[in-house]
Amino acid sequence: MSIKGKAYIAGIYEHPTRLAKDISLAQIHAQCAKGALEDAGLTKDDVDGYFCAGDAPGLGPMSMVEYMGLKPRHVDSTDTGGSSYVLHVGHAAEAIAAGKCKVALITLAGRPRAEGMATGTVPRSRGGTPTPDEPFEFPYGPTVVNMYAMCAMRHMHEFGTTSEQLAWIKVAASHHAQHNPHALLRDVVTVEEVVNSPMISDPLHRLDCCVITDGGGAIVVVAPEIAAKLKRPKVKLIGAGEFVKTQMGGKVDLTYSGARFSGAAAFAEAGVKPADIKYASIYDSFTITVLMQLEDLGFCEKGKGGAFVADGNLIAGTGKLPFNTDGGGLCSNHPGNRGGLTKVLEAVRQLRGEAHPAVQVKNCNLAVAHGTGGSLGLRHGSATVILERE
Amino acid sequence: MAAQERKLPAPAVSQETQAYWDAAATGKLLVRKCTSCGQAHHYPRTICPFCFSDKTEWIEASGKGTLYSYSVMRRAPVPYAMAYVTLAEGPRMVTNIVDCDFDKLKCEQAVKLVFKATDGGPPLPMFTPA
Repeated sequence: MSIKGKAYIAGIYEHPTRLAKDISLAQIHAQCAKGALEDAGLTKDDVDGYFCAGDAPGLGPMSMVEYMGLKPRHVDSTDTGGSSYVLHVGHAAEAIAAGKCKVALITLAGRPRAEGMATGTVPRSRGGTPTPDEPFEFPYGPTVVNMYAMCAMRHMHEFGTTSEQLAWIKVAASHHAQHNPHALLRDVVTVEEVVNSPMISDPLHRLDCCVITDGGGAIVVVAPEIAAKLKRPKVKLIGAGEFVKTQMGGKVDLTYSGARFSGAAAFAEAGVKPADIKYASIYDSFTITVLMQLEDLGFCEKGKGGAFVADGNLIAGTGKLPFNTDGGGLCSNHPGNRGGLTKVLEAVRQLRGEAHPAVQVKNCNLAVAHGTGGSLGLRHGSATVILERE
Repeated sequence: MAAQERKLPAPAVSQETQAYWDAAATGKLLVRKCTSCGQAHHYPRTICPFCFSDKTEWIEASGKGTLYSYSVMRRAPVPYAMAYVTLAEGPRMVTNIVDCDFDKLKCEQAVKLVFKATDGGPPLPMFTPA
């Protein structure tokens, strides 16, 4: 069974906050849910499927189902880190295609800034019963940033990728963020500014890293017969793929990501090629994340990502592949340290023609949204969706 | 003034990996090898992640390896070099590179095994330029 054409994204919402000192975690989830349902023209009582990940308070979906007064007949709290919500779009379509629900709500929220969390630079044990990998990793000091940095270091070694090429990814994101009034960082930066920013973990500089923000978002995925009755532009899901990439028992290869498999599955299901894509939302926890995923999704050959992203090729209006036109995680928002949901949101805005006029891609009828969750250098979940304007 | 020492947390020893950590305490690095498919893996499991056979055994690693990738964590109280080392026996393991000038590290350089004490637990296998 394929999910192609079996579900539509009918409603989206991105919380405008980037610092949620006076808002609770559950409140952000609910505000986002309300915003996305209103965007779709649906009500809370229309929701019969609920999807969330580990950022939701409580055990799986249950606390938020209770808080929001939902009565779902289908729930899914699969957690693949920041890629969860891209994966949830695919799972929602599967559930809808199987008749298990008709209106699926996906929510995300987080408050790492308000909570003063040292997100990227401090090793964290998960606590409780250790995972089997933990004793062989945690004592050595893996952090978010140094495990992505090791991917960048190996990429540079094998393919000659440079810090200047990586910097172009941040530069492109900053060109887009200047038009987003909610973006945390709105100043346009140069390649020189990126490579001269402080080194955090070689070879990643401060400006190779994404922002740390509070906030959240929500997505409403509906059955075709529901979408037909709604007034919003129709955004159809035509392909989805997911994968979990690991260290493979000691055969780890840091030069590629799970996008190689999730992307191939999504493109095959959709029956389209990377060259057909008009706009790409690419997970951007770090500049290297974007570069590797672009290669793995097939936008360029493996190892040629540096040349592909250089010279503004990702900037809307001038480049061949406009990416993350909201400013992405690198400049605008990375709510709860989980950036997959906002990737779907900007893809939907582009397909609806509702992106900022300065970055709106002309005749945008086909887009990809891709997420990576967990740690690119240890183990990560990949999820890809391909969306079409109908 | 002596450089600030980096305090290493003790690894959480499980029943499955007790022998690995007992060996570490005597200065030996063990690798788990499958007698069915002949491949060594890391981190160690009793069931082979390649062929799913439960016929696995410990072998002692030579302590020789090459640096697959690394990153110097500059924003830590005491900077350290996170790394993947490819063991001569095959598997790549998460580790640290120690006792050297971090600015001179290069991918694929030869490294050799050393152990570093942890805070109340068995020592950790790490590597230094050979």
